[in-house]
Amino acid sequence: MKQNSISERLINGLIRENPTFVLMLGMCPTLAVTTSAVNGLGMGLTTMVVLALSNMFISLLRKVIPDKVRIPAFIVIIASFVTVVELLLKAFIPFLYDALGLYIPLIVVNCIILGRAEAYASKNGVALSLFDGVGMGLGFTVALTIIGAVREILGAGEVFGLAVMPESYVPCSIFVMAPGAFFVLAVLTAIQNKVKIAGEKKGKDMSKVQSGCGFDCMNCGEAGCSSRREEQKQTAKEPDLEVIEITDDEDEPINGKAMPEAKAAPEEGPKAMSETMQKEKEEESNG
Amino acid sequence: MVKDLLIILISSSLVSNVVLSQFLGLCPFLGVSKKTSTAAGMGTAVIFVITLASAVAGAIYKYILYPFDLTYLQTIVFILVIAALVQFVEMFLKKFVKSLYQALGVYLPLITTNCAVLGVALTNVQKNYGILTGIVNGFATAAGFTIAIVILAGIREKMEYNDIPESFKGMPIVLVTAGLMAIAFCGFSGLL
Repeated sequence: MKQNSISERLINGLIRENPTFVLMLGMCPTLAVTTSAVNGLGMGLTTMVVLALSNMFISLLRKVIPDKVRIPAFIVIIASFVTVVELLLKAFIPFLYDALGLYIPLIVVNCIILGRAEAYASKNGVALSLFDGVGMGLGFTVALTIIGAVREILGAGEVFGLAVMPESYVPCSIFVMAPGAFFVLAVLTAIQNKVKIAGEKKGKDMSKVQSGCGFDCMNCGEAGCSSRREEQKQTAKEPDLEVIEITDDEDEPINGKAMPEAKAAPEEGPKAMSETMQKEKEEESNG
Repeated sequence: MVKDLLIILISSSLVSNVVLSQFLGLCPFLGVSKKTSTAAGMGTAVIFVITLASAVAGAIYKYILYPFDLTYLQTIVFILVIAALVQFVEMFLKKFVKSLYQALGVYLPLITTNCAVLGVALTNVQKNYGILTGIVNGFATAAGFTIAIVILAGIREKMEYNDIPESFKGMPIVLVTAGLMAIAFCGFSGLL
């Protein structure tokens, strides 16, 4: 398939860089609203609309916005679309508005949106960015619906309100409560780990599959993991090394002076890399 | 009045814990909980920022947005105010309160985009809390976050030496732990 075509973008968001199953981004809404398949679907579609529109708009303005203030500018654009969507939901789909509640305005801080803005929309054309947003949004929607359906089946014996389990099934209501969300996600990440380990044994490049960056929402601004990784690949010789480094990195305070992995790594590449990363992060926090 | 505040204090910190039952601020909760000391630092910084942010956001809502009928702008205004506030606090501490900056400095930038901060500001508005009640709610929510993250960090330190199935190493086992903690915190729901 042609690189960077519209259909390639859609497939990319749905499967290859699925924000939930592969990149593990935006976990807060994923856990919070997936108590049923309907809620998951609603949240996914809402996010998709915001993502597609903000991607398009940011792409339109990418030459106007100065580089230094791009993060605040992106946030304002995203927040405006979130407000628009919130008002529309309140007016036309009130039951969904009530069900999602606080999590609609919180779409603003969803890593996926700022991540895509930073990683894709600010560097690519309008149509492509729009479809990148749609693809990513669809991937998110599908993932949320699946997780919601699993929780609903286990916790209430229904999907979309239709009973699917046999009469004798006793619903395990913990799965629609808060702890269930953690357990479902735990199994999900375990499966992801398993796939990753199996893939690495076969010698495939599994650097895209990760659970390090995704749990790093606080760096939402640079959650454009994929783009960052590409840059790193150019600077360092062994791309596999960084994947491990980033996952280990998650506990380190960003501006902390001690960067143990930089000391431990003998090569020049990763060292320079972690320094550039640090710089990037500092830029981010200043922005 | 005092009784109401006490109820908010307990319900926001324990009964409806911000991480374990509302899933806000999940990312630092999972990301910065490898060591108890870092977890405590992060918790303190979060308490500081959220308390301050709920005061400022509450004041802006009451004296600017509400009188001028601009409440629909709350999401945009709050996120910008919070981001600016964190930057400002960081600069202020760096310049004037060196010791506090050394303790909290590294965690402050991490909190800017933490959804818990925006979440608390919006909850305060949604529940029609006044400024004082909002501040108490913010403090209690952040205290709940600190309690949860310190407990998780303690468990994770112990877990280092355990034999965990290969595919459950790393995040999955932490999530299972968080789930079990969430069950434990469900027990608080009978408290009020």
